[in-house]
Amino acid sequence: MNEPTNLVVAPDPNAVREEMLKIYPPKTRKKRAKQILSNDPETPPEIAANTRTIPGIISQRGCTYAGCRGVVMGPIYDLLQITHGPVGCGYYAWMTRRNLARPKPGEVNYMQYCMNTDMQEDQIIFGGEKKLRQAIKEAYEIFHPKAIAILATCPVGLIGDDIHTVARQMKEELGINVMAFSCEGYKGVSQSAGHHIANNGVFKNIIGLDDTADQAEFNMNILGEYNIGGDAWEIDALLSKCGIHLTSTLSGDVSYEQVKKSHTVQLNGVMCHRSINYIADMMEKKFGIPWIKVNFIGAEATKKTLRKIAKFLESKKLADRVEEVILHEMIALKPVQDEIRARCQGKTAALFVGGSRAHHYQDLFRDIGMETVSAGYEFAHRDDYEGRRVLPTIKIDADSRNIEELHVEPDPGRFKPSRTPEQMAALQAGGFTFRDYDGMMAEMKKQTLIIDDISHHEIEKLIELYKPDIIGSGIKDKFVIEKMGVPCKQLHSYDYSGPYAAFTGAANFYREVDRMVNTKIWKFITPIWEREPQLTASLVHPSRVNGSRKDGEAKSWRRPAAVAAADGPE
Amino acid sequence: MLEGTTAEIKPREALRINPAKTCQPIGAMYAALGIHGCMPHSHGSQGCCAYHRSTLTRHFKEPAIATTSSFTEGASVFGGLANMTQALSNIFTIYNPDIVAVHTTCLSEVIGDDIPMMIRKATEDGTIPAGKYVIHANTPSFVGSHVTGFANMTTAMVRYLAEKRVHRPFQLNLIPGFVDPADIRELKRIVAEMGIHAVVFPDTSGVLDLPQDGHYRMFPRGGATIEDIKSSGESTCTIALGHFTSHPAATELDEKCGVGCAFLELPIGMTETDRFIHALRNYGGVDVPATIGEERGRLLDAMSDMHQYFHKKRVAIAGDPDHVIALTQFLADLDMKPAYVITGSPGNHFEHRVRDILKDQAPEAVVKQNSDLFALHQWIKNAPVDLIIGNTHCKYIARAENIPFVRFGFPVLDRMGHRYFPCVGYMGALRLMEKMNDAMLDHKDRECADEYFELIQ
Repeated sequence: MNEPTNLVVAPDPNAVREEMLKIYPPKTRKKRAKQILSNDPETPPEIAANTRTIPGIISQRGCTYAGCRGVVMGPIYDLLQITHGPVGCGYYAWMTRRNLARPKPGEVNYMQYCMNTDMQEDQIIFGGEKKLRQAIKEAYEIFHPKAIAILATCPVGLIGDDIHTVARQMKEELGINVMAFSCEGYKGVSQSAGHHIANNGVFKNIIGLDDTADQAEFNMNILGEYNIGGDAWEIDALLSKCGIHLTSTLSGDVSYEQVKKSHTVQLNGVMCHRSINYIADMMEKKFGIPWIKVNFIGAEATKKTLRKIAKFLESKKLADRVEEVILHEMIALKPVQDEIRARCQGKTAALFVGGSRAHHYQDLFRDIGMETVSAGYEFAHRDDYEGRRVLPTIKIDADSRNIEELHVEPDPGRFKPSRTPEQMAALQAGGFTFRDYDGMMAEMKKQTLIIDDISHHEIEKLIELYKPDIIGSGIKDKFVIEKMGVPCKQLHSYDYSGPYAAFTGAANFYREVDRMVNTKIWKFITPIWEREPQLTASLVHPSRVNGSRKDGEAKSWRRPAAVAAADGPE
Repeated sequence: MLEGTTAEIKPREALRINPAKTCQPIGAMYAALGIHGCMPHSHGSQGCCAYHRSTLTRHFKEPAIATTSSFTEGASVFGGLANMTQALSNIFTIYNPDIVAVHTTCLSEVIGDDIPMMIRKATEDGTIPAGKYVIHANTPSFVGSHVTGFANMTTAMVRYLAEKRVHRPFQLNLIPGFVDPADIRELKRIVAEMGIHAVVFPDTSGVLDLPQDGHYRMFPRGGATIEDIKSSGESTCTIALGHFTSHPAATELDEKCGVGCAFLELPIGMTETDRFIHALRNYGGVDVPATIGEERGRLLDAMSDMHQYFHKKRVAIAGDPDHVIALTQFLADLDMKPAYVITGSPGNHFEHRVRDILKDQAPEAVVKQNSDLFALHQWIKNAPVDLIIGNTHCKYIARAENIPFVRFGFPVLDRMGHRYFPCVGYMGALRLMEKMNDAMLDHKDRECADEYFELIQ
């Protein structure tokens, strides 16, 4: 299945869909049918994304706590974070996301620490607030952090611990910022609810605490970039070559101090729309900072993004510099791209991951001539598939209603848009779009197969029917897929490799995909003795065939017959 | 590296920092994977299941399959019966396992879900097809640790399945504990070498160490079959390895079916493997074959050859209680000096047992149950050691303090050897010795002055 194929012959997506759904009990079939669709980029069909996972279905999804603590809060490296609950949740979120950090001298990287209240039966029965308060005091005494965050796990909400009051009291007592996040695992249908809760908390408790803007001509934030394998460093390096300063990257290698002043920038660029669009919207409402969708995954996507940023900042000097940088980067990247495209052209990929990567990584594959035949997110919403234009039509269900929607108004003293309404209107008249995300479907071919929250069974069927050359997924599926002889790239952790962002990262990714789809390894699966008939006459010594030794009669890999005879009978 | 950790030790009662344990359900999930044709099922929020599967997959680099009841807020308020029923219906229709092993989470424990009632209902209404099994263990995350969860699920296997129908005079039970598939494979080899027929459960060999053959099987050939576990009630005796992981199931088997048991430690190192072989000999009524004697001889030869590099070396050990107890004994066999011996799991037996092992050799050793890696690091800062042995999390301490480090126990997330090579038995002890020796000598070769850089060691 890894032989070069020049023509992609994709099966009929509707037939595949039927095949996938066939085995399910009626209730399950009815629900999954709304999450498996044949794509139409012109008029994307409605997908039942961000709905409950079906009990008993092997899903990739995690919980609200994972989205809050693991994804958005975790990478704020000098914010001391205490998980309130039994030991497990904090343990599993401990350094398992690969969001690298490089603290400045004198700073402590709390990502290397797993702190929790290790809740015991006593606290479940009598309440855990006392222990939480004590834990915060101890953490303060030992580490003297700038700020502390408390993150709730399932039992906290059930037993009714009021972590927000504890946070408020401890803030007064210790004189440092202490904030609480009600991110109990059961709160939403996936990690996504946790992103929203973290966005609200960061916005309420950290952003805007420091009005000192970094001194730079062009100043922006990248939102929804988590520095997996060093991606944020590649983006930062690229932007600084162009002359653009990043105040903060939320949340990748970012300090508490940087987040505090992230409202002082001219522009927000949103990488992962799903996990961070809330902060982008709220910063625009409160401080007037416009946001645009950016994508640094893939060479073509990166070029487009750089030009878009330059266009917004309306500087001839910057625009020229961006073109120079693109030219320079492509001189290095093009030969790698060409060499690898020659070996990968026409191969196919399928991507089931996250809330943005299943979309973004299609650009990287496209750079080397590979087409994505099927894709879907683990925890995204309809707007990530169909585009933000469907936002007004998304029904708020009971699960989404759980998550607080902050009411945000312009800050009287600090609402200072970097562009006047006239400038914004002029940009828009020229085709520039703000708050723009058209979603995954618009950029995928007609009749590709879209699968939201793919199940284990559906992955097995997909491999059987599509035989993709590579699948991008996560740790839980990786070895299922590879046992079937298909290489699987973890697109959460990058398989402990990376970075893959920007031009330099793209080269790493091309090489990695080349390694995976063109390796000899999979060819060893069938041993020679299962491929070829047994050649008894030429390989077995005559004595084994006839029961008597006839020296020198047959050529064999065994010892010469004369030597064997001298050693005596076998 | 770990810049916030200071030598000054401040009082700490409520804050756990850098735990040396995790929660019950992951142990239950791992144990359940040791039944052939079993789907482990996590009754709670789906994040638990995702975290456990991820951790097991990272440790084994193999698919770790399990399902979940995927609680949302509604289930948390109204109870998880509807979720469980739907889950069982989906599991048996889509994945068709022989058996589902349900474990609880803190969420379903706090709301007080009655799992036996749910299983009864599902049996009555036909959700569980005839001939299929559903068993369960309560595994609240706020009690014990992952080790407790493993023991609870192993005990549940006995409680639900073991039967006494006939007497099988030539059959023993072996409960190997929370060890890797490679360890179970080695234990089975030793048992076979001794000429003994044993029922081994839970048995994750052939489940979480699969060969690559181009085919995925959700329920691979390995694992203890339901029939095996049923017949464990008919064996002449049970050899249970490890106080924390295996003894509860052996006790249950004794109480339920009257199968007597030998309570041993994990056979890690010379003394504990000797005891294991001796027990097999006595309970199996067999002679120890010469081949086993030779393996032992080779280990002893290596111990005497390399003794100078081990003698009186100060060691910090962190890990799961059964592993740490057995390893401490091996280090004592080698005349090493365990300085800090900790487990994150609670249980006073750990401290009694380790102190007893060290009473002559290292009475000053710090021995702590329910401890954590932050405390260990602080002690090391105050009085350093020559070697650290523990799971992958310890590598941060090893790097911060520039101390040789050997990975041992669960989880090992960044090296491959544990997936293929055992640490139990005489051969496993040889491997452990090699790793300790290499770590200390590699460190010396890297750090020593040129004039002390030697060709021969």
